[in-house]
Amino acid sequence: MPDLGPRNRPGGYHAVPRWVYLLAAAGALFILVPLLGMVAKVNWAQFIPLITSESSLDALLLSLKTAAASTALCIIFGVPLALVLARAQFAGQRILRALILLPLVVPPVVGGLALLYTFGREGLLGKSLNVLGIDIAFSTTAVVMAQAFVALPFLVLSLEGTLRTAGQRYEAVAATLGARPSTVLRRITVPLVLPGLLSGAVLSFARSLGEFGATLTFAGSLQGVTRTLPLEIYLQRETDPDAAVALSFLLIAVAVVVVALTYRAPRQPKPAVDAAETAVP
Amino acid sequence: MTLELSAVIAERHLDVALTVGGSETVAVMGPNGAGKSTLVQVLSGLLRPDAGHATLGGRTLFRTGSPGSPGEWLPPHARGVGVLAQDALLFPHLSVLDNVAFGPRSQGRGRAGADAAARRWLGEVDAVELAGRKPGQLSGGQAQRVALARALATDPELLLLDEPMAALDINSAPFLRSLLKRVLAGRRAVIVTHHVLDALMLADRIVVMDRGRVVEEGPTAAILAHPRSPFAASLAGLNVLAGSLAGAGVRTSDAGLVAGRLTGAFAGAAAAPAPGSPAAGTGSPASGPEGLAAFPPSAVSVFLAPPQGSPRNCFPVTVTELEPHGDHIRIRAGRLAADISPAATAELRLQPGSRVFFVVKAAEVAIYPA
Repeated sequence: MPDLGPRNRPGGYHAVPRWVYLLAAAGALFILVPLLGMVAKVNWAQFIPLITSESSLDALLLSLKTAAASTALCIIFGVPLALVLARAQFAGQRILRALILLPLVVPPVVGGLALLYTFGREGLLGKSLNVLGIDIAFSTTAVVMAQAFVALPFLVLSLEGTLRTAGQRYEAVAATLGARPSTVLRRITVPLVLPGLLSGAVLSFARSLGEFGATLTFAGSLQGVTRTLPLEIYLQRETDPDAAVALSFLLIAVAVVVVALTYRAPRQPKPAVDAAETAVP
Repeated sequence: MTLELSAVIAERHLDVALTVGGSETVAVMGPNGAGKSTLVQVLSGLLRPDAGHATLGGRTLFRTGSPGSPGEWLPPHARGVGVLAQDALLFPHLSVLDNVAFGPRSQGRGRAGADAAARRWLGEVDAVELAGRKPGQLSGGQAQRVALARALATDPELLLLDEPMAALDINSAPFLRSLLKRVLAGRRAVIVTHHVLDALMLADRIVVMDRGRVVEEGPTAAILAHPRSPFAASLAGLNVLAGSLAGAGVRTSDAGLVAGRLTGAFAGAAAAPAPGSPAAGTGSPASGPEGLAAFPPSAVSVFLAPPQGSPRNCFPVTVTELEPHGDHIRIRAGRLAADISPAATAELRLQPGSRVFFVVKAAEVAIYPA
């Protein structure tokens, strides 16, 4: 939504040198041109049949379902994790933060292997689970776990930053007004960091939607069970490039819609000249 | 039914003891970094002291443990201690009404009851018409009034006001001050402030803190009439010199004998050392009881040469700074100050570094025990 109120008036002073625009344009093109290149390859005549084939629909549905489930998991465990990292103080906090962010930098294939050797049939916990009749690897549950594994750091990172920026002053006031910690969390903390939580959740969803390496390693590629859209695309690339391109376009479209609907730009920083505040001494 | 507090925080050099009666308002004053805000945080439960204890109306707020007895700690939400800080800190996502109803709701009241209480308190602070607004749509003065209503809506046993007027513009502050005077009547409160006017209007008693300790306390009028600490002297707007009693004056280590008239506990005792007064002042040049000499800057005349005759005190000083003070110029020279007219300042060609004589009549100097 373009908000050209007094805070955001065009023509105000900003200290951005002109050459920065050149580099920024090059950066933007680097992202946009390949997208265009792919869109140009889409076989529009066959587009609808290509994306409505049974295997395509299975993959799309599975992707949306698992990404939603993975995002829910990220919220359930990521919010407490971010709270503890941002608010509490304990020994080993820095090390814990570094380790939790590890999936951001480790190749997803490695993450998938780690999951396999933990929850797989012969894995650390998998052996005991197998005795109980629970078999996780190569199931839809495994897809969700692989996605949550790589997506959780996105939510934690985004929310921890928002929590730190929001500070604890409102929470302290709420406590002096008689609110218990759980009430403070529900009525003050979460509403105040909701934009950060939302954008973190969107990032997690997008990352889940695009997950490939960890899913393939830990969950395999079984149509309707573990073969998500990225896996389907990779598979079709060999046999039916047109289908792969059509599905890629679909994936991009879904991601764009989700991001456009929910992702908000970071809060507008204070402009150099603020008309709204000049009246107040 | 009193508040009793003693607290030590080594890291912040805090070591205070404080008692506040049932419906008493105490002004805590002192220079920056004196520990005033730390005191507020300890009382509200946001900061844990290393040692000490506090009771409020028979309940223990905290008591640090000792070998054999575990400590006690009441979390902030269970203390019944309300806080109004310099910034209103209204919850930005809640309407004004929901902000004020937050306390009653948190105490377990239903929505209807909490809203009714919120409206009543908004009425107390003349802000009913703001009920539907968001905090972002309020002026600083309006926001602070709403914050006051929010703090009062929980009916706190102790209200802590941490420089509540400091962030307000000069038009809003007087309104909030008279509002506070109304709502603080019959209520126990501690107000941290830099302004002597707040203490005069709102407080029964002043507690002066410096470097984490209480250095002086007493009824507001007594503190302002006979300040003992340098900070209280600046509050009262008086020059205060310390020394030992000698005749009807005070012998100081650096300014010589300061003649004046005996007041306070010294009045009527004449030159004789007051019975029961502390023994010879430690470190003071003479052996009389310790005394203070106080005089207002307006009583000081400034001369370029020492005047002859007449029983007057004369202090050779070097001017350190000049500043406007009402329709006078305040001439500062170290810890002494003189208020003279702009015309006199110009005539004497005063500027920082000028060597002059501050002269004050003995009749203008009050001598009282330290």
